[in-house]
Amino acid sequence: MQQTRRLFLKGSMALLALASLPRTLLAAVWPKDSFDSTSASGALNALLGADVTTPSDQIAMKVPEIAENGAVVPVSITTSLENVESISIVVNKNPRPLAASFEIPPGTLPKIACRIKMGETSEVMAVVKTSSGIFSTSREVKVTIGGCGG
Amino acid sequence: MANQIKISAKLKGSVADVKSLMLHPMETGARKDPDTGNTIPAHHITQLIFTNNGKQVMVANFSTAVSKNPFFGFSFDGAKAGDTLKVSWVDNKGETAELETQLA
Repeated sequence: MQQTRRLFLKGSMALLALASLPRTLLAAVWPKDSFDSTSASGALNALLGADVTTPSDQIAMKVPEIAENGAVVPVSITTSLENVESISIVVNKNPRPLAASFEIPPGTLPKIACRIKMGETSEVMAVVKTSSGIFSTSREVKVTIGGCGG
Repeated sequence: MANQIKISAKLKGSVADVKSLMLHPMETGARKDPDTGNTIPAHHITQLIFTNNGKQVMVANFSTAVSKNPFFGFSFDGAKAGDTLKVSWVDNKGETAELETQLA
């Protein structure tokens, strides 16, 4: 009797250990406050602790000048800045401006590509955090059909 | 549910160029169902994580403003043929998917 109870306890502990495995993989926290913010400066403050960025020509952002479909706007960002810690995409006029944020561990190149939604014509800002500061570059993207509501 | 992720990784020397495509509705929470008029609740990937041989090489945090069926590309150094590249995502409902591939 005692033995089966032990066995049961062991079994349930193994199950618990298994259940908690994926969580350890997702150790990085999703920055909810920054994504919930309805202003670009609020989002940057919550994410990086400052909303002042230094304009930099060492960041290259590729976005279309005119996006025919705001639901799919390709954005690619690369930078020659060193010791990059994160790259974020901010769409100033979206209801929640922070679109995405990428954590760059050492060894990973500061170069990302993704596709985002834009509600209306807006400045799109690439924000690069390095060990020596926060840098950014902006481009306006004209949107003919919005991609947020409908 | 491996078919929810597609991944292609190309090695150029020690740098791996990774392109990935996830199948996900990425609902913003602002859209209304055209038939019922009810708001469709937000349903979007929150975090996308890549590991190479267990070492984290990229964490992508997504908002609802990432397009439906997200595409994501990046590159990392220190890769070699035979490495196991693993990608996994989790969404705001706690659903997950993952896929492993060998670098070649």
